[in-house]
Amino acid sequence: MATVAITAERENYLNKEYGIRSWLLTTDHKRIALLYLASITFFFFIGGFFALLIRLELLTPAGDLVQADTYNKLFSMHGQVMIFFFLIPSIPAVLGNFLVPLMIGAKDLAFPRINLLSWYLYMIAGVIYVHCIVTGGVDTGWTFYTPFSTAFSNTRVIEAGIAIFIAGFSSILTGLNFVVTIHRMRAPGMTWSRLPLFIWAHYATSIIQLLGTPVLAITLLLVVFERAFNLGIFDPTRGGDPLLFQHLFWFYSHPAVYIMILPAMAVESEVVACFTRKRIFGYNFVAMSSIAIAVFGFLVWAHHMFVAGISLYSALIFSILSYLVAVPSAIKVFNWTATMYKGSISFTTPMLYAFGFIGLFTMGGLTGLFLACLGIDVHVHDTYFVIAHFHYIMVGGAVMGYLGGLHFWWPKISGRMYPEGWGRLAALLVFAGFNLTFFPQFILGYMGMPRRYWQYPPEFQVLNVLSTAGSTILAVGYVLPMVYFLWSMRYGKIASDNPWGAAGLEWKTSSPPPTFNFDETPEVTWEAYNYEEIPAPAEVPVER
Amino acid sequence: MFDNFPLWPARASAGAGNVDALFIFLLALSAFMCLAIFAMILIFATMYRRRRGVEAEQIEGSTELEITWSIIPMGIFLAIFVWGAVIYFHERTPPRGASEVYVVAKQWMWKLEHQEGQREINELHVPVGRDVKLIMTSQDVIHSFYVPAFRIKQDVLPGRYTTAWFRATKPGVYHLFCSQYCGTMHSGMIGQVVVMEPAQYEAWLSGGGTSGSLAASGDTLFQQLGCSTCHRSDSQGRGPNLVGIFGQPVHLEDGRTLTVDENYLRTCILSPSKNIPSGFKPIMPVFQGLVTEEQVNALVAYIKSLTPSPAGGQGGLSLAPKPQYPKE
Repeated sequence: MATVAITAERENYLNKEYGIRSWLLTTDHKRIALLYLASITFFFFIGGFFALLIRLELLTPAGDLVQADTYNKLFSMHGQVMIFFFLIPSIPAVLGNFLVPLMIGAKDLAFPRINLLSWYLYMIAGVIYVHCIVTGGVDTGWTFYTPFSTAFSNTRVIEAGIAIFIAGFSSILTGLNFVVTIHRMRAPGMTWSRLPLFIWAHYATSIIQLLGTPVLAITLLLVVFERAFNLGIFDPTRGGDPLLFQHLFWFYSHPAVYIMILPAMAVESEVVACFTRKRIFGYNFVAMSSIAIAVFGFLVWAHHMFVAGISLYSALIFSILSYLVAVPSAIKVFNWTATMYKGSISFTTPMLYAFGFIGLFTMGGLTGLFLACLGIDVHVHDTYFVIAHFHYIMVGGAVMGYLGGLHFWWPKISGRMYPEGWGRLAALLVFAGFNLTFFPQFILGYMGMPRRYWQYPPEFQVLNVLSTAGSTILAVGYVLPMVYFLWSMRYGKIASDNPWGAAGLEWKTSSPPPTFNFDETPEVTWEAYNYEEIPAPAEVPVER
Repeated sequence: MFDNFPLWPARASAGAGNVDALFIFLLALSAFMCLAIFAMILIFATMYRRRRGVEAEQIEGSTELEITWSIIPMGIFLAIFVWGAVIYFHERTPPRGASEVYVVAKQWMWKLEHQEGQREINELHVPVGRDVKLIMTSQDVIHSFYVPAFRIKQDVLPGRYTTAWFRATKPGVYHLFCSQYCGTMHSGMIGQVVVMEPAQYEAWLSGGGTSGSLAASGDTLFQQLGCSTCHRSDSQGRGPNLVGIFGQPVHLEDGRTLTVDENYLRTCILSPSKNIPSGFKPIMPVFQGLVTEEQVNALVAYIKSLTPSPAGGQGGLSLAPKPQYPKE
């Protein structure tokens, strides 16, 4: 118990200063990470609430719960909130912000004030978007397709566009900060080949954020200007081209999928290594596949446009490039699986999420092969098959990764353990609820149910009822962690510095870490994932 | 197979079977991959679960394995790509001599006009066994013409024509959906495709009173709008002679060479200054906003009828959208 007393009294980033000022003016990357955590959780529950209303409306074939216009706003705002205000900042801005300096042995990010600025930009965007929601909302779909968004929608498109434009800059600044930090702030001995795979994946993500997001910003600005000043860039009656918008939009929005999934892969590599107590199989291949995904990810955007009216030959090119980008993703799955071979595997909550991630990401990835296939895509494009596919990637992949990572690093973030039993229960609920919600949608899609339908022919009802039932289980699975995380901050067992016996510099400092992370600058003399040198802790539950 | 399977869509066109075959192949492949990976995970998780006194064995990796599991998926992916591309090529290439249906989409209905002059709203009657080519445009936002039973889908854009084609194989009534979100009643923009036996279809076709074929109404319009004063068939007019031009290359003043297809004719009617054939002056008035989409369709059908079959009936709509050059 003596250690508990010492840990409790030790100065750390949480108890160094108190008061609202010390949070709102902080430049500590760990505090900014928590500011992000609170903000994105708020938006996650808004987006989730919209999702539940969508599922309830679809319980019956007739459009009876809400008006058609309301339904259109619900799915539009569900998409925009979840993508721009939750998924894109989720792992990078929370876990990445917290862990990138810790993992490379730095005191903070390279530009602490820019880091704070990025959160303020996010909040300004968030406030504008919430204002947009409460004053009427937007009904363009998350995709803002022209000419509907520029000339036909009579909702608050300009406001939503400006909000997302500003949120984009928050994302760009985070990416910029990470790139510079990873290049310039590594501790002595922390060579590129010793970096945790978490850092490699975040490096790849940051490149996409830096290069892709400005294109989205310009595109949205064009939509805003076309609406406000009647420009005609996307208006065919004045020589404009509505397809130009789709090219510009997907040039960012396809790579944006990798902004969401690469950080989840980052978490996956750390968690699998820790709970198999092994170095990740094929470190170099996993690291390089992140970079390959970032590069190839920029070359596949028009696979969202196979039926949009692009030329036959460009469709062929984009189809084959889409298959190329599938290879590095497959490599990662194979390597995680191979890592388990001859490991010493414990089934903690983060590991359960990691298993879930592999399973759901594999299914999401495999159905991506269907969509990259020209002959199949024509039939399933813009149907529920696509909805199911990208939810398997973004929710099954990215959100599972995020929750797994939150559990894994919670002892470091809060200095407390979460209740393991509840954690496992929530992980199982999320997995079961997710599959029940989204698997029926694959079948609905092949049967031909188009997406964004407020009412639908009665033969689709049974599968929709299953999906709605699943979403309620999923909702419980998402609320549980929020409850026990909050509970654990006060009542959880005090965490030791390295409760999992994990490799990585972040576990060599105290839990929670001091403001400048390390008492003295660490010097790295070992390779990443040196699990043979780290004793497994007794607390990790032993399965029999 | 699967015809009466409740979770499988009806299959009613010549191309649908090809799509289903590839889909079933992909399903089998995916199921195999999932099972293989999940089985490995389960086996490893059981065999190598944490036990006291048993340490993990550190393994660096294996370049041979990495290359194996990169090359083999790559090969399979390429095979899928080729198979899918062949189907797509077929779907995007309307056969010669297909009968043509002009489709105008608007918020929130489908307006269809047969080349015989029959007009329909939210319903399309077609006979079994005939190739049907759809020439589609939108009056407002982007829509998408989707018939699940035929496994075809094509976005319908304002300001240009896009095409799709099918050959129905089984009589019945099938869903027609708009699958590109288009506003409030997107989910109400649905209709049906009625596939009939040829005899029934002929009866249906002769049933409704029409004012003649689409080309004939285009001819009337051609006279009314005064097109015929410049576009004379004796090559003495101030505009190009339109007889026999469809499907032929045309040289433009700015040096480009285009093929005369539906989109070319459409652009020339609505914004003549975009494409000036060499030897002519940009004197034609702009018809953008002066004629409806249906009238443009009739004019296009009429001009096509001036080129005798088979070239006229081949549906020479080129697959690649023509290059757009900035206007000087």
